[in-house]
Amino acid sequence: MNIGKLNDIPVLGSRVVQTERGEIAIFRTSDDAIFAIANNCPHKEGPLADGIIHGHKVTCPLHNWQINLENGEAIAPDQGCAESFKIEVDTDGNLLLNI
Amino acid sequence: MKEKLVCIGNGMAGIRTIEEILKLDPEYYDITVFGSESYGNYNRILLSPVLSGEKIIEDIILNDKQWYQDNNITLHTGHTVVSIDRYKRQIHTNKGITVNYDRLLLATGSNPFIIPVPGHTLPEVISFRNIQDVHTMLDISHQGKNAVVIGGGLLGLEAANGLMQQGMQVTVVHLLDTLMEQQLDKVAAVLLQTSLEERGLKFMMEAETASILGEDHVTGVSFKDGTEIPADLVVMAVGIRPNIDLAQEAGLYCEKGIVVSDTLQTYDPRIYAVGECVQHRNKLYGLVAPLFEQAKVCANHLANLGYARYEGSVTSTKLKVTGIDLFSAGDFHGGQDADELIFQDPSQGIYKKVVVEDNRIKGTVLYGDTVDGAWYFQLMRDEVDISNQRNKLLFGQAHLGDSGHAEAQRVTLMSDDTEICGCNGVCKGDIVNAIIKENLFTLDEVRSHTKASSSCGSCTALVEQLLAFTLGSDYSDSPKKKPLCGCTEYTHADVQRVIKEQHLTSIKSVMHFMNWNKPDGCHVCRPALNYYLICKWPEEFQDDPQSRFINERIHANIQKDGTYSIVPRIWGGVTSPKELHTIASIAEKFAIPTIKFTGGQRLDLLGIKKHDLPAVWKDLSDAGLVSGHAYGKALRTVKTCVGSEWCRFGTQNSTEMGIKLEKLAWGSWTPHKFKLAVSGCPRNCSEATIKDFGVIAVESGWELHIGGNGGIKVRVTDLLCKVTTQEEVLEYCGAFIQLYREDAHYLERTAPWVERVGLPYIQEMMVEDADNRKRLNERFLVSQKYAQIDPWKERAEGVAKHEFTSLHGEAQ
Ligand code: SRM
Ligand SMILES: Cc1cc2nc3c(=O)[nH]c(=O)nc-3n(C[C@H](O)[C@H](O)[C@H](O)COP(=O)(O)OP(=O)(O)OC[C@H]3O[C@@H](n4cnc5c(N)ncnc54)[C@H](O)[C@@H]3O)c2cc1C
Ligand code: SF4
Ligand code: FES
Repeated sequence: MNIGKLNDIPVLGSRVVQTERGEIAIFRTSDDAIFAIANNCPHKEGPLADGIIHGHKVTCPLHNWQINLENGEAIAPDQGCAESFKIEVDTDGNLLLNI
Repeated sequence: MKEKLVCIGNGMAGIRTIEEILKLDPEYYDITVFGSESYGNYNRILLSPVLSGEKIIEDIILNDKQWYQDNNITLHTGHTVVSIDRYKRQIHTNKGITVNYDRLLLATGSNPFIIPVPGHTLPEVISFRNIQDVHTMLDISHQGKNAVVIGGGLLGLEAANGLMQQGMQVTVVHLLDTLMEQQLDKVAAVLLQTSLEERGLKFMMEAETASILGEDHVTGVSFKDGTEIPADLVVMAVGIRPNIDLAQEAGLYCEKGIVVSDTLQTYDPRIYAVGECVQHRNKLYGLVAPLFEQAKVCANHLANLGYARYEGSVTSTKLKVTGIDLFSAGDFHGGQDADELIFQDPSQGIYKKVVVEDNRIKGTVLYGDTVDGAWYFQLMRDEVDISNQRNKLLFGQAHLGDSGHAEAQRVTLMSDDTEICGCNGVCKGDIVNAIIKENLFTLDEVRSHTKASSSCGSCTALVEQLLAFTLGSDYSDSPKKKPLCGCTEYTHADVQRVIKEQHLTSIKSVMHFMNWNKPDGCHVCRPALNYYLICKWPEEFQDDPQSRFINERIHANIQKDGTYSIVPRIWGGVTSPKELHTIASIAEKFAIPTIKFTGGQRLDLLGIKKHDLPAVWKDLSDAGLVSGHAYGKALRTVKTCVGSEWCRFGTQNSTEMGIKLEKLAWGSWTPHKFKLAVSGCPRNCSEATIKDFGVIAVESGWELHIGGNGGIKVRVTDLLCKVTTQEEVLEYCGAFIQLYREDAHYLERTAPWVERVGLPYIQEMMVEDADNRKRLNERFLVSQKYAQIDPWKERAEGVAKHEFTSLHGEAQ
């Protein structure tokens, strides 16, 4: 589904989208890559969209776990995984989320 | 083709350097390692617990052969390199291998010194250096009865203790009259000797070995004075010599060790050296912590980054004998101008000595109670001014108020299931196991593997002690220069200085100029840089919301369930029916589940949904209520008492004073949170003496107190000075906040900052120097022009709307 435009999300920022599969966080990194991950930290369900983004990682705002945006996996030594989803940007800058 | 790196020596320093290179640039080199020993790389310092039977060899392997394969490293164990041809850039081994190099790393360690007395070549005369020695000792201990250890230093005593644990009768022979003279003063040495004697060790002090007796096997030892004692095993632990033969034969410049520069380079630019074989600024090191610092710097240069520098290390030691608590660091003898602070409790077997010169700790010896060793060591390395803790120093950090852990004295006596980290529920056993199994050496490593000490930090000292006890030393990385975070080698102070000197005005330009190793930094450095820039260039810098922690980004406190809480500012704690009505009706309108009086005289509205925040703020702002910044590294509360307006003891109008101060200071961003209080008399009902800036009214004026906090480690304020008028209170307050803002490191609250820089420095800057105080205050007022904009009102009017709304999904 089309969830909006690339520029709806600030660089190094994130927005959430409500879906029937729950809240999904959409991240935009400094190299303009876009990632979609369930907005629940594998630790204690912290809202990942509210974290600080750096590289292809986000630091959860509640207890500082770091999550790899590419696959939703927690960075070692922490263990756990948030569900990740396919997302693309078309030539007009539309965000197409595949769930 | 990749460049070829050859490492001679498969020990602790060499392999640590390789590990550091792999972290920086795993693809740069084709690596070959030679080691005389037939094992992979192991943790030499844990040979003592292997000897005493507390650990087995498998526990102490750092990198097994698989690790070398996984990292494409060619390993030749059991090969000794016998020569280096610097002209052809080749090395040759005793097994006839020749290998070319582009860069060579010498990490040959040292050789134990064997006193060449008659009989020293008998098979049962050994040193204590490697796995082979431990095997030999264990074999003999199962057959023989008597062991003689020559040398009463650290190694000798650990060997003696181990052999005793294996059931042998052990005599320690020492040339001098005190044990461990490198690490202990006389008093501590006597305590140590007595307690080792109680455990069953025998000592022969001031005894010089003449010869070792026996034809084919050792039977005894004879001394210069004619005495003889029986022996089945003789361990020589009389010192080590840097292993420099190979380097010397190759014509490299050596003195006592292989001489290296601050980049760990030898006189041949292609050859680097690290570890015990090295001499740096005339010093040799025989402990792991400095060698690891060297490894880090050396790797930085070998990986062609070229900016790290090694400037020498300060070291500390512990004796790894279970049940004996002993800690020593720095210069514990003290020079002419030094004072010795001493605490002695003979019946408890406790002795503490701290050597102080110029109000800085120079060295320490602790026996029996080493809880504060890590703390003293930290104060010493950071060269902290201890003038105002001087009379309490010997009673330790717990005495200064370290809530929660004050009772937990001796970590070594705790059972494995004692909880060390209350925040993350980590027990002693978890930490000790992780240190051994995961090969952890530093506090940061323990934090990331076990989470212990990674939250509120109040158990840090305990974790440091567990590290020190398990490994026998303090392993904190590059202590003098602690980098801001993993993205840089630079410290907070470096970054602050460079921002100013180079007039850098954006996060990107700081990272670029200072060579950050990750393009966007991380969640630790970005908020710090954002703060430094906002503080330095209030007129120019554009705040970067993406570098703010969520609370500061959206101006509310995130809660465990992802909802938010907000605390409106209640000026000086005084409210009105109108404000209370507004808050009550907002709570009803938005079904806010909880309202609570905070510990700071205000009302907290908890459990608000993120998307409701702007609407809640609109109603608050219509009624004149603004943000209380309960979420920020910023000015928080200004607590007051009722003061002279009502109270029968009040000497001044403390409430009015508090409100004026809050109007002055609200909105400012500070390195850590900043709290104020004003009390109307010394009864101090607003707790001004545990605030960052506390004011206490007296008949003749106002006392100004600084650097206090409640919280994890309670610290009572220091009296800065006394003033007479309200205007002065305001000026001093503005100047103090500005001095703190410009000087402290990000996330350093006033209490640790005041302890670090010392009260005299602050008095000099803003009490004695009136002009400087005025300038500081003026700079504060300028920055307040840009800071005193209510963030809630702005957001109620539509600023940063994207933070509070979802993207709207529509099906395709
Ligand atoms: C709400 C409040 C508790 C309450 O219900 O009373 C509170 C709540 C929190 N405090 Fe506090 N502190 C509150 C008063 C205090 C006080 C009492 C005071 O200010 O007089 C103290 C001790 C005094 C002091 O700061 O010196 C206090 C010492 C701490 C500390 C330890 C600070 C330290 O330097 O050791 C932390 C941890 C930190 O800041 O890193 C902390 C951190 C927190 C955090 C921010 C924890 C967090 O990171 O989420 C809590 C936020 C809860 C929230 O979302 O609202 N809170 N906290 C109080 C808000 C006061 C206000 O009106 O703004
Ligand atoms: C029993 C014991 C207990 C200790 N306890 C502590 C402690 O509690 N705390 C602490 O900080 N330190 C302790 N130390 C000291 C610490 O282990 C050393 O400082 C550290 O291991 C030195 O590292 P290195 O790499 O320089 O030398 P090593 O670890 O000795 O490594 C050098 C390696 O190079 C090999 N080698 C030498 N020449 C050649 C050659 N020509 N060709 C091939 N290989 C060669 C050697 O065989 C050796 O394996 C202890 C040491 C011992 C022996
Ligand atoms: S409000 Fe303060 S004391 Fe209470 S749980 Fe949170 S941080 Fe701890
Ligand atoms: S919920 Fe994300 S780190 Fe705890």
